[in-house]
Amino acid sequence: MAPRKPRASSRNPELIRGIGKYSRSKMYHKRGVWAIKAKHGGVFPRHEPKAAPPKPAEKPPKYYPADDVKQPIPNHHKHKPTKLRASITPGTVLILLAGRFMGKRVVFLKQLPSGLLLVTGPFKINGVPLRRVNQAYVIATSTKVDISGVSAEKFDDKYFTKEKKKKNNKGESEFFETEKEETKALPQEKKDDQKGVDIPLIKAIDAVPDLKTYLGARFSLRAGMKPHELVF
Amino acid sequence: MPFKRYVEIGRVALVNYGKEYGRLVVIVDVVDQNRALVDAPDMVRGQMNFKRLSLTDIKIDIPRLPKKKSLIAAMEAADVKNKWENSSWGRKLIVQKRRASLNDFDRFKVMLARIKRGGAIQQELAKLKKQNAS
Repeated sequence: MAPRKPRASSRNPELIRGIGKYSRSKMYHKRGVWAIKAKHGGVFPRHEPKAAPPKPAEKPPKYYPADDVKQPIPNHHKHKPTKLRASITPGTVLILLAGRFMGKRVVFLKQLPSGLLLVTGPFKINGVPLRRVNQAYVIATSTKVDISGVSAEKFDDKYFTKEKKKKNNKGESEFFETEKEETKALPQEKKDDQKGVDIPLIKAIDAVPDLKTYLGARFSLRAGMKPHELVF
Repeated sequence: MPFKRYVEIGRVALVNYGKEYGRLVVIVDVVDQNRALVDAPDMVRGQMNFKRLSLTDIKIDIPRLPKKKSLIAAMEAADVKNKWENSSWGRKLIVQKRRASLNDFDRFKVMLARIKRGGAIQQELAKLKKQNAS
């Protein structure tokens, strides 16, 4: 017969988890194994296994551990990116709370697959480049910037990973010399990416009065400001 | 120094403690030495301790325990809302609420405005000083 679709549900309805309605012999009859056997002369048809490709000869292992080694149970669980707070939407002005740019007000672009937030100053306004930032170290304000002219599609976590340093296995004489610091200049491509994101952003920012000076200023608590009572 | 604001039927008061904090209510009856029956257009009539009320200058003309409709009519006739919002006490509360609701960008703009105003004042002052000196 031509290949048929496999049956969607089991022929044996569940009474309780683990217990079906019909016994083994009743199920044998329901599945029609008797009819298949009758068609093939009293034997259930058996197909020869497909010829497997010859496996290369395995060498016996060099080392057998004395005691049984426990194998770890494999875990294929993949983490979802951190849930984004409802107050953080593309174009929101965020206040950074920690790190080199502590207190800076910055524009949020998008959430990266790792869960970190992609953020830019813009660079010309406050010196914050395209950067990844953790949601926990950020206050979301209710001020939004129009981000429709900006495309942040090409940025992902791989763009921000550090380059792996090449290991220099030199002799002992070189060991005592002071290592020359290789100052890495920012590649022109990254500078162009920054400009590509910033130019439409700055145009949108200039449209709102005082927003440019706002983004250029740092946030700080003054006397009498109670953070739990402030509306951001 | 005699008292000027009396607890009487029709006295408008501000609630200063509890669930109804900040609401303007009218004293509609007195329950006993400590409690009043209190009513407002958008509230279920209920009792409140006098300690929770701050009396205002506004008084409206109502009989004891008016119906809700006549209470609302009397408040409209006496124009309680506008009298309150134009009084210095009422204006202060409005300003406080506005300041508390400012967001971070608004606070920044207020700071710029204050600096600008201070600069303008200093300029005028300098001019006047120069006039005086000459």
